[in-house]
Amino acid sequence: MVTNFTTDAARALGGPDWLIARRVAAAEQLQSLTWPTPADEIWRYSRIDELDLDRYQPLKPEVVGEPGTERAPGGGPLAAEAGERAGLVVVRDGRVVHHELDESLEAKGVMICDLAMCTEDDVRGALGTCSDASPDAFTVLHDAFLAGGALVKVPAGVVVDRPIVVLHWSEGQGCASFPHTLVVLEEHAQATIVERFGSPNQFHLVGGVVELLVADDAHLRYLSLQEHGPKTWQIALQRAHLGRDATLRSSAVALGGDYARLRSESLLAGESAESNLLAVYFGDGQQMLDFRTLQDHDAPRTRSDLLFKGAVEDDARSVYSGLVRLRPTAQKANASQTNRNLVLTEGASAESIPNLEIEANDVRCSHASTVGPIDDDQRYYLETRGIPPAEAERLIVLGFFDDVFHRLPVASLAGPLRRTVIEKVEHRG
Amino acid sequence: MSRLEIRDLHAGVDGFEILRGVDLTIESGEVHALMGPNGSGKSTLSHALMGREDYDVTGGSATIDGTELLGLPTWQRAAHGLFLGMQYPVEVPGVTVRDLVDAAYAARGNGGAPSDLPDRLRDEAARLEITEEFLTRGVNTEFSGGEQKRLETLQLAVLEPKFAVLDEIDSGLDVDALRDVARRVEAMTSERNLGVLAITHYARLLSELRPDRVHILMGGRIVRSGGPELAQELERTGYEGIAAELGIEELSVEKPKEADPFAEPGF
Repeated sequence: MVTNFTTDAARALGGPDWLIARRVAAAEQLQSLTWPTPADEIWRYSRIDELDLDRYQPLKPEVVGEPGTERAPGGGPLAAEAGERAGLVVVRDGRVVHHELDESLEAKGVMICDLAMCTEDDVRGALGTCSDASPDAFTVLHDAFLAGGALVKVPAGVVVDRPIVVLHWSEGQGCASFPHTLVVLEEHAQATIVERFGSPNQFHLVGGVVELLVADDAHLRYLSLQEHGPKTWQIALQRAHLGRDATLRSSAVALGGDYARLRSESLLAGESAESNLLAVYFGDGQQMLDFRTLQDHDAPRTRSDLLFKGAVEDDARSVYSGLVRLRPTAQKANASQTNRNLVLTEGASAESIPNLEIEANDVRCSHASTVGPIDDDQRYYLETRGIPPAEAERLIVLGFFDDVFHRLPVASLAGPLRRTVIEKVEHRG
Repeated sequence: MSRLEIRDLHAGVDGFEILRGVDLTIESGEVHALMGPNGSGKSTLSHALMGREDYDVTGGSATIDGTELLGLPTWQRAAHGLFLGMQYPVEVPGVTVRDLVDAAYAARGNGGAPSDLPDRLRDEAARLEITEEFLTRGVNTEFSGGEQKRLETLQLAVLEPKFAVLDEIDSGLDVDALRDVARRVEAMTSERNLGVLAITHYARLLSELRPDRVHILMGGRIVRSGGPELAQELERTGYEGIAAELGIEELSVEKPKEADPFAEPGF
């Protein structure tokens, strides 16, 4: 049924034999896959029924290029904006085109490279750990056309004190690309990853996967910024697996795309692991931003916290559907999820569906969800000070996001990310 | 010198008339106290002047130096020099007093906020005994009643309107906050000729903020005006005493409650 995304096309993308074999296996699985519809609970409210995969093509092997031939020395213009960093990976159409790393970190065994160039069996083996644990049609499609991607490995006990920046750029009219990021933090390691996803104003499908493997007592800060072009579709998975005493502090800023879906999941697999998920999203025009979150507690004394805040205007829509799962193993776990939405115009809408699945009897769990317009009293209060209504609304919307910015995993990035959001809010309508 | 002139103001809510012809003239530098029992229309006057959406003005006029305010949107009334200090200041998370004052000055044109604004905010905070930390928080969020009213007064000082309507600025205040707020407002009347309409239920505000004129609002009209001695008389006799003296039966103008169909017997 998936005509353009054939096994032959998957095979043709080249790279090392193990990767070709992995793709071919996924491509064969793809041929017999039942494609999702909005009738599936997890696709409810989505725009999956609008997706006609036949309108996209996999990227041609000559466009993707062979791994190891980095075609953007220095990283190109994007790299100039990456700011202070310990390392940089530039990924174009799922292929690493530039990478660099602080020499002192390289000497400590920190590894940054194209996944397709990785020679360590255990790291290769880690590929797919997260997506295999939470598969859907798009992770299979992703695996079938995975050309490479950003690999960051921090060995046991190593602390990377500055961010490692990963820049993804996807382009090609009518094409589909499958960026991948695999982050492996070994025991007691610490790192900060900052990722940016972008694409031009092209009809393009981005099927990305981000895997965050955080071993025992390792600590990861992860920030992502999604600024796809207005015609781009994104269907992506970000999933973390956390070991004993591991922590993840993650934030997502989602602004772009025509339909941009992100599954954001944390598996708290080790005792006392902790996951903190934040997001800010702002949709305008006809776009739809779609979030499906999972806080999956599978060990005692695990903690998770989630705060997603979004605003929609014009005819934009947003979906938040979140699940907190406390498995029988999760005694004394503590979980909370909060989703708040501002709906700024009559034509815009937001869905907010928090869910709980509690199978342990000694846990603490809370959830909150709101969807509503700007408060009239707040607007009036600002107007009584001499602020015109449109400006009052702008202040209220930015103020609404403020507590998320205050909690970002890297405080120094709050200013730049806030400015990015302000830019989008100010080009309203 | 400026003049706020209210003439034969009629206003109400949902078609029910609460203000039934209010006349009041305030000159720069003057403090007028408007006193009245609950439900006499005090807050209606403040919101009708400021242009709150759910209040309908059905007649009369309100001008500052001849400019009619009543047809203007709220923010333009403020830009023309009217300030409303609210009884219940609204929490606006994530919007600091600095954001608010910057935006208000930007809307007025004239090159936006004065360059010494940060210094002035700090100075005013010191005068009003506001901890600087409050300047970096969303306005009124997790503020006590006293902190909210101090912050209202700070905004009044920094925005420099011609006239301030202070709606029960004394409610929810402890003695210290009441004194600090009243003294700061009083200082503004002499320092830069601020005209004040202080709406209050109690006379205690007026021992700190000394009025030039006192007006008593009952049944949607000003029924008596006088000097500061009127507030003292009111202390002695209460609103009932004044009403009896003037032969007024209707002290308050409460909107009649909607009929409850389920209250009908036999339902």
